[in-house]
Amino acid sequence: MSSNSFPYNEQSGGGEATELGQEATSTISPSGAFGLFSSDLKKNEDLKQMLESNKDSAKLDAMKRIVGMIAKGKNASELFPAVVKNVASKNIEIKKLVYVYLVRYAEEQQDLALLSISTFQRALKDPNQLIRASALRVLSSIRVPIIVPIMMLAIKEASADLSPYVRKNAAHAIQKLYSLDPEQKEMLIEVIEKLLKDKSTLVAGSVVMAFEEVCPDRIDLIHKNYRKLCNLLVDVEEWGQVVIIHMLTRYARTQFVSPWKEGDELEDNGKNFYESDDDQKEKTDKKKKPYTMDPDHRLLIRNTKPLLQSRNAAVVMAVAQLYWHISPKSEAGIISKSLVRLLRSNREVQYIVLQNIATMSIQRKGMFEPYLKSFYVRSTDPTMIKTLKLEILTNLANEANISTLLREFQTYVKSQDKQFAAATIQTIGRCATNILEVTDTCLNGLVCLLSNRDVVAESVVVIKKLLQMQPAQHGEIIKHMAKLLDSITVPVARASILWLIGENCERVPKIAPDVLRKMAKSFTSEDDLVKLQILNLGAKLYLTNSKQTKLLTQYILNLGKYDQNYDIRDRTRFIRQLIVPNVKSGALSKYAKKIFLAQKPAPLLESPFKDRDHFQLGTLSHTLNIKATGYLELSNWPEVAPDPSVRNVEVIELAKEWTPAGKAKQENSAKKFYSESEEEEDSSDSSSDSESESGSESGEQGESGEEGDSNEDSSEDSSSEQDSESGRESGLENKRTAKRNSKAKGKSDSEDGEKENEKSKTSDSSNDESSSIEDSSSDSESESEPESESESRRVTKEKEKKTKQDRTPLTKDVSLLDLDDFNPVSTPVALPTPALSPSLMADLEGLHLSTSSSVISVSTPAFVPTKTHVLLHRMSGKGLAAHYFFPRQPCIFGDKMVSIQITLNNTTDRKIENIHIGEKKLPIGMKMHVFNPIDSLEPEGSITVSMGIDFCDSTQTASFQLCTKDDCFNVNIQPPVGELLLPVAMSEKDFKKEQGVLTGMNETSAVIIAAPQNFTPSVIFQKVVNVANVGAVPSGQDNIHRFAAKTVHSGSLMLVTVELKEGSTAQLIINTEKTVIGSVLLRELKPVLSQG
Amino acid sequence: MIHSLFLINSSGDIFLEKHWKSVVSRSVCDYFFEAQERATEAENVPPVIPTPHHYLLSVYRHKIFFVAVIQTEVPPLFVIEFLHRVVDTFQDYFGVCSEPVIKDNVVVVYEVLEEMLDNGFPLATESNILKELIKPPTILRTVVNTITGSTNVGDQLPTGQLSVVPWRRTGVKYTNNEAYFDVIEEIDAIIDKSGSTITAEIQGVIDACVKLTGMPDLTLSFMNPRLLDDVSFHPCVRFKRWESERILSFIPPDGNFRLLSYHMLSWDVGKINPQKLPSLKGTMSLQAGASKPDENPTINLQFKIQQLAISGLKVNRLDMYGEKYKPFKGIKYMTKAGKFQVRT
Repeated sequence: MSSNSFPYNEQSGGGEATELGQEATSTISPSGAFGLFSSDLKKNEDLKQMLESNKDSAKLDAMKRIVGMIAKGKNASELFPAVVKNVASKNIEIKKLVYVYLVRYAEEQQDLALLSISTFQRALKDPNQLIRASALRVLSSIRVPIIVPIMMLAIKEASADLSPYVRKNAAHAIQKLYSLDPEQKEMLIEVIEKLLKDKSTLVAGSVVMAFEEVCPDRIDLIHKNYRKLCNLLVDVEEWGQVVIIHMLTRYARTQFVSPWKEGDELEDNGKNFYESDDDQKEKTDKKKKPYTMDPDHRLLIRNTKPLLQSRNAAVVMAVAQLYWHISPKSEAGIISKSLVRLLRSNREVQYIVLQNIATMSIQRKGMFEPYLKSFYVRSTDPTMIKTLKLEILTNLANEANISTLLREFQTYVKSQDKQFAAATIQTIGRCATNILEVTDTCLNGLVCLLSNRDVVAESVVVIKKLLQMQPAQHGEIIKHMAKLLDSITVPVARASILWLIGENCERVPKIAPDVLRKMAKSFTSEDDLVKLQILNLGAKLYLTNSKQTKLLTQYILNLGKYDQNYDIRDRTRFIRQLIVPNVKSGALSKYAKKIFLAQKPAPLLESPFKDRDHFQLGTLSHTLNIKATGYLELSNWPEVAPDPSVRNVEVIELAKEWTPAGKAKQENSAKKFYSESEEEEDSSDSSSDSESESGSESGEQGESGEEGDSNEDSSEDSSSEQDSESGRESGLENKRTAKRNSKAKGKSDSEDGEKENEKSKTSDSSNDESSSIEDSSSDSESESEPESESESRRVTKEKEKKTKQDRTPLTKDVSLLDLDDFNPVSTPVALPTPALSPSLMADLEGLHLSTSSSVISVSTPAFVPTKTHVLLHRMSGKGLAAHYFFPRQPCIFGDKMVSIQITLNNTTDRKIENIHIGEKKLPIGMKMHVFNPIDSLEPEGSITVSMGIDFCDSTQTASFQLCTKDDCFNVNIQPPVGELLLPVAMSEKDFKKEQGVLTGMNETSAVIIAAPQNFTPSVIFQKVVNVANVGAVPSGQDNIHRFAAKTVHSGSLMLVTVELKEGSTAQLIINTEKTVIGSVLLRELKPVLSQG
Repeated sequence: MIHSLFLINSSGDIFLEKHWKSVVSRSVCDYFFEAQERATEAENVPPVIPTPHHYLLSVYRHKIFFVAVIQTEVPPLFVIEFLHRVVDTFQDYFGVCSEPVIKDNVVVVYEVLEEMLDNGFPLATESNILKELIKPPTILRTVVNTITGSTNVGDQLPTGQLSVVPWRRTGVKYTNNEAYFDVIEEIDAIIDKSGSTITAEIQGVIDACVKLTGMPDLTLSFMNPRLLDDVSFHPCVRFKRWESERILSFIPPDGNFRLLSYHMLSWDVGKINPQKLPSLKGTMSLQAGASKPDENPTINLQFKIQQLAISGLKVNRLDMYGEKYKPFKGIKYMTKAGKFQVRT
């Protein structure tokens, strides 16, 4: 089959013909690989006819063939008029192929391309989002400058489209337009700014890509979206993740202070857009303070960690470089394992990963030392992989492992891959210089290798380098090498030996002249390289031992004088002038000895990967060790962190709670304290005022969360506020309210810098005066529950809706992917519809976890073996057995509920039908979310269902009936006290602060006595988390272990401290306002900790 | 990002080119050919080659070089991983990825590439989504299309693209609902001359073939999940659930996919009687006329053990939620030699 003017058809056989050539164009015979011009013409005529026919099948066929031509890089541009007519074809495949054609040739046929524009403009208004998106895609891919305004307009419209898919395409179009017309930059930045606010995971990656391409220096656009991006990250598609992580790495390096202890590379920065000089000065004064990580910095590090488990090597590498560049050095270790895992991947992936490991392993050996053996070379590795592995092995070599490594190297030296064997010898040389203990061993080893004919040359060269570094003690080796001259033929090696003897001629006074004698004999047959060294040797001996060698040297010089090579003749003349005294010889000959036998610096044997880390790891520039076009420099850490409050969007609480000394804020307040808003201070001072404040809520929409908090609570339940006791702070409750609240205050998106300052001021003042508004609000919250809870939730939801409308009227119809759940300020409260399918719930569960962990700071529970409890024994359940356990997850049915998983087993030999929960006998206040009835359970079948029970923070029993079609069984769940808790992540400092508040009646303690081996940190940790669902708090002291949790129902803090004392005693302290639970927990923990 | 893609066969012919931005002349590949010449062997061609105006990033698979042309800084792994994904997609579409197959299906290849990247940035790389957009060619469909004039191109928006589960297409229907899992472990080892183990590790994967109607939500639990310490997941796996309960919970993609891969440096082999150490012996015979091997050849071993995962990993149970029917479930274990080398 040969419709072949395509040269490749001939090779590929007839396969393609079925696809492309059906329409019988085979009348044209192929006329060889070239010179097809005439037949091309004819052929194209034929295609034109087909395109003009009114049969879609003919058109489609023609288009397919044309695309085939494009794919082969053949010119099909002359068909443009015929093709472009079909742009509005009804047939979607024809249309798509026309698009392919258009994008390829529009640049060359600009005028004709304009014919198609109106079609796309129409399609941009199509009700189908797919059509809108693809129209935008093609329109923006047509590189015709004249349509720039049309593109701009289309992008602007699409960026406000309801469909996130269209918005994603808009983000892509930004880059296309920018490359077509950079003049549009400013307008495009506006669109980028808008799209950066988008909450859809679909858009995030693409818009950050556009940001990186168009305005990577506008870091200020990121501030407000920083937390959102961190929180979305896990759910963004993998390619977007890579781009976002790289961007956030750069961001972090400009916004946070160095978490590294030896922070001496700091530079003075001009990056503090928001601060005056005074502030800076003040900050520098405070710099002496111990380092505490900005919570936003921590957020990024924490939220990227799960991505180390991605299947995508680029994502893993991106996280690895993020950890390398911005995490505390002590935490970077976790990336090693993941990088080593990538080594199983394809050759190309290995190559890049090994390069990066090579750079890392120079600076931090410890990171990869445990994986030493993963870098052992296999005979099947390609050479480039082998050499990289060698490089890493060299970097990892130390006193402890060098002997193992040398043994391994011995195998490599015998490799059939000569290039690799040679590289190994170089490596041994480097190990010898790096680790002084083994220098001699290596040297001896290398000397042994001198008998190996394959690698002798390389060995000699390396030995030469080694000896040059410490020549004093190695006369023996030099003698040995001198003997080798008889057998070695490789010129480089011979030259090296001669050079070595010449340099050390005074140490081997007897051998050197003899060597020269032998060389004089073979001079004429030597390689040029060797001849030069013979001349050198002669000169050196002439100067040191002229008595014995004068004649020999002169003989050699004579030979050299008539050599064919001009270099050698030159050198001969030069040496003769220098060393042989005669009338003409100038002043230089006096210094001949100094010139020839000067102390020469030893060569440096160092890694080619040294210093490569000034390039950001994982980048192209790093791989090439050259700055690639468009490489974005990673800035040094600022000495003083720029104002962290610029990242505050809605949740101001977060920053307040976490920024320990409130650095920047205090300064702000110092500066602006008196100039503005006295009434705000009032409101934060006295909670009773807040009621009146609530009247002005609309005016203060943009204000701080605490403010809003009080407003809301007071308006809803002002009475309860009155009996608020001051001085106690329930941080978690607080945060939760704040979150709910701040969602309502979504408007703060639009607030300006000034308001932020006010905000931080407010929070600050509330910090200083211990009676703060959030105290009261949290109190009122916990006391007015549950009614106000649900009430406030409802109100908040309404507000949220309203705010949304206000802010972006264009997205008021909630589109498919507007995943508000991802919003960092979303409330992890109950999903009101229990009708959700379990799958969806499970999904949502995942989403919520990711949100809550960052904001509410409920941390992931420690992994403990699940303890199963019997709910219904199969004997008493007539064959139906039920077990339950506490999965220790925030409950998806309600945030005051404890989640419980029940596994039902059918041990009978017939179906059990309609398993459901019947009558409930719950103590007052207790609530229960039952599982959906199970239609039937097969014999031997088993099913796990989840339910939630609100135990009201008590260990009272929940009694209910588990019913089948025929029977009802009374069952009970009594929660162990430890399951009424959710772990909380907090810093040691916060812990101490909270503990300081919860003293007196709120503290219970006991002394435990146990053997010292039970007091190791891991044992204590394991024992405590086995009993109670608490989170460990990092502790600065070795003898104090701290754990924090909150009660599920009221969110009261539960602080557990184990303080080891002298001898085998320890003090167990529990601080909580829920004293009953506290003492029960103490009672349960005590025996566990004291038993052996 | 990715400017252009060239497919080059082992004899140095460019047999396909695709550009996502303005056209880059194929003469840029000359730099690649130079590097190829220097490298002597295909697998030694450097994956990253700088040229005066571009950078060439390539992967070599199925005797084809996939050469991407880029112009500005980009994480090289980003491009390399993407190129591998392209190869995987071709394999998925056509069964094999080879020069003749690509040439035979050049239109589908082009349509797929068009969807995979927009302006050089990955757009749709999930094979489930791509197959919704462009149906893979089958003999039947080719025949039907020829007769009816219908097309390979889907006219639906790939729903997966917009859902929370972008890897799964909607409206999946099967008459036989089945879910198979293969636990495959490969042992990578280096054994030295004396027979002692220098390094040994397990690379394990769980490959799944799931053909289930609707939107099933699966949980897979292990008897001994603690064995799994260094793992990477398909994006469908709910990471948090794994972190807290060591249970794999996921809505599976439709069809074949790799659920999980793991890596183990040490594992429990059970009891070995020191009196009777197990040993394997083998002889090596050279083909008549073959030249004598080099001095110390390294021997690569291949073996397979059916129905055993050497690490002892065992799947406990698979549960399905969200759908009413009862699927057929199957699990298979296998241990293979990976890069198992014996030095002599």
